[in-house]
Amino acid sequence: MLEIRNLHASAGEKPILRGISLSVNAGEVHAVMGPNGSGKSTLAQVLAGHPAYEVTAGEVYYEGENLLEMDPEVRAQKGLFMAFQYPVEIPGVSNAYFLRSAYNELRKARGEEEVDPLDFLEIMERKLEVVHMSDDMLQRSVNTGFSGGEKKRNEILQMAVLDPKLAILDETDSGLDIDALRIVAEGVNAMRRSDNATIVVTHYQRLLNYIVPDFVHVLANGRIVKSGGKELAFELEAKGYDWVSEPAKA
Amino acid sequence: MATTTSTYREQFKSFARSVAKDSPDWLNTLRQCAVDRFEAVGFPTTKNEDWHFTSVAPIAEAAYPPRVEPGANTRPADLAPFTFGATDWPTIVLVNGVFSAELSSLEALPHGVRIYPLASAWRANDPFVERYLSRFADYELNAFTALNSAFIHDGAVVQIAKEFEVERPIHVLYVFDPIAAKTQINPRTLIAAERQSKATVIESYVSTGEASYFTNAVTEVLLEDGANLSHIKIQRESPRALHVGTIEVEQKRDSHYQSFSFATGATLSRTNVYTTLDGDGAGATLNGLYMLDGEQHGDHQTKIEHAQPNCFSRELYKGVLDGASHGVFNGKVYVHPIAQKTDGKQTNNVLLLSERAQVDTKPQLEIFADDVKCTHGATVGRIDQNALFYMKSRGVNRDLARRLLTYAFAAEVLETIEVDAVRERLERAALERFTGVDAGLGVG
Repeated sequence: MLEIRNLHASAGEKPILRGISLSVNAGEVHAVMGPNGSGKSTLAQVLAGHPAYEVTAGEVYYEGENLLEMDPEVRAQKGLFMAFQYPVEIPGVSNAYFLRSAYNELRKARGEEEVDPLDFLEIMERKLEVVHMSDDMLQRSVNTGFSGGEKKRNEILQMAVLDPKLAILDETDSGLDIDALRIVAEGVNAMRRSDNATIVVTHYQRLLNYIVPDFVHVLANGRIVKSGGKELAFELEAKGYDWVSEPAKA
Repeated sequence: MATTTSTYREQFKSFARSVAKDSPDWLNTLRQCAVDRFEAVGFPTTKNEDWHFTSVAPIAEAAYPPRVEPGANTRPADLAPFTFGATDWPTIVLVNGVFSAELSSLEALPHGVRIYPLASAWRANDPFVERYLSRFADYELNAFTALNSAFIHDGAVVQIAKEFEVERPIHVLYVFDPIAAKTQINPRTLIAAERQSKATVIESYVSTGEASYFTNAVTEVLLEDGANLSHIKIQRESPRALHVGTIEVEQKRDSHYQSFSFATGATLSRTNVYTTLDGDGAGATLNGLYMLDGEQHGDHQTKIEHAQPNCFSRELYKGVLDGASHGVFNGKVYVHPIAQKTDGKQTNNVLLLSERAQVDTKPQLEIFADDVKCTHGATVGRIDQNALFYMKSRGVNRDLARRLLTYAFAAEVLETIEVDAVRERLERAALERFTGVDAGLGVG
């Protein structure tokens, strides 16, 4: 589904990703872990197409197509979704309107008919249950005045509505209490299927108790320094990141 | 400019000849004094502080002759886009500056409301019109008001009787069709809300075509003690029109004037909203939204005179500028020495959608009392790139994302419009404003 080869990316002049290679197949959950500044969030943002990062070398193929040539909206329309670490507040645009616009854009891209507000409301009612949210949040402006936990749950709600093939969760666990963490994880698990895949970017092993990965990759200094099964996460939790990090280059 | 004023002098002579015998003496005198004043001052130049950012040379150069004779090509169906889907609002329609009985709906007016065309009022020497016309709009200080006053002909008079609350909005609808091409129209509106009355008046300037013409409107408004008037001005003139519109308001004790100015039309427009808080405890809320693109130039000047103590004023103007448009906002607040406990707040926020769009925003506070609270703030920003990326990452294409963000910016001030039908239509207009050829330009 996703094939990353020797990916290099920088923010301005500063190189952050320095040769990432990673394959993700349908049905798999990959965890990308690493200390602060290792580049794990940058990897998520580059895959989503954030304009602040420039890819300087390497290739990314998504379902056989060159992902890096696609605009962010095209990536989304083709089934890629990133749950933001810091979801953006959009005062004045209601959650319902925003979600319906996004949902219909995806349908249009697939050559399907748009759904009207009433039909969409029905779809939403079911999805809201997944993340334990009440429907009054639909009329609130996107993320505006939401608590940290509400914002993260809203990300998972969007993911549930848009039903991506490849979901990337960028530190979705940060700032969540244990109850919210459980709700978010249950939401993600409910969406796991053999025809989709998830990349979980996280600093802590905690989330992986709930979303159990098939593979764990450790990033340091913009490279994957170690890959393994889910037991690698426990090892990291016990020993810390120094154990796997290669020394920074001078 | 000398050529222009003498051109108008010739036009005035023939106009005066045609209307003098039907007009009461006081009106002939008013017209004569006003034309003398206009001839003395001429059109303002950019050396005039009030016109520093707006050149009216296109108006002076066009020198369109004033139009007073009837002549229209507007059918009832042509008004549909401008009536907010309402069918039961008292509506007075003037096409190309002249009252149209056929298009107006003035039957079964609510109790306590009088609405009638200005021309028939002065022909009948209506005492109300004699008493109030030109009492609030000062032609000594404003050349465009002088020009309008010189050519006073038709317009609308709206009276709300004391202690009446009018539920349905009253619509004063000025329509310009292709027959208005290359002429100047001087609509005059007089609105009086008597003591303790409450009403909403919508004043629209709209076009059914794309003709170039010059609208030079003056609206005089009186709020007596305790009156509450919501006054929504809609300027959606033809894209080639020139529009100068001046609203002058006098407010008595404990009255509340709520103004909204919505301006998206005309190639060159200037809207003046001036109010004098001339009674203890009066309040004014002046809000507005201007949305411009292409080569449009749109200017708003507001002036709030705090002439008595314990008055408040609130002001929120928002501008959205695309293409190579130029927006101007000048907000004056003048606090007289006697006006203690004045509470004033003014905000102007501008969203620039294009690198080529330009804005000049100038708050102007002159405070001569010592116990007052007056604040002002202005911001000029661009589309939030994080929000844009966020929306795109959900599959929303760039144009729609930009439109949604623009709409969200505008919605904050549109929300202050209390008439649902008007607010909803204007919100839709805001959402659809930038879908034209210029929509692809700008930030990215």
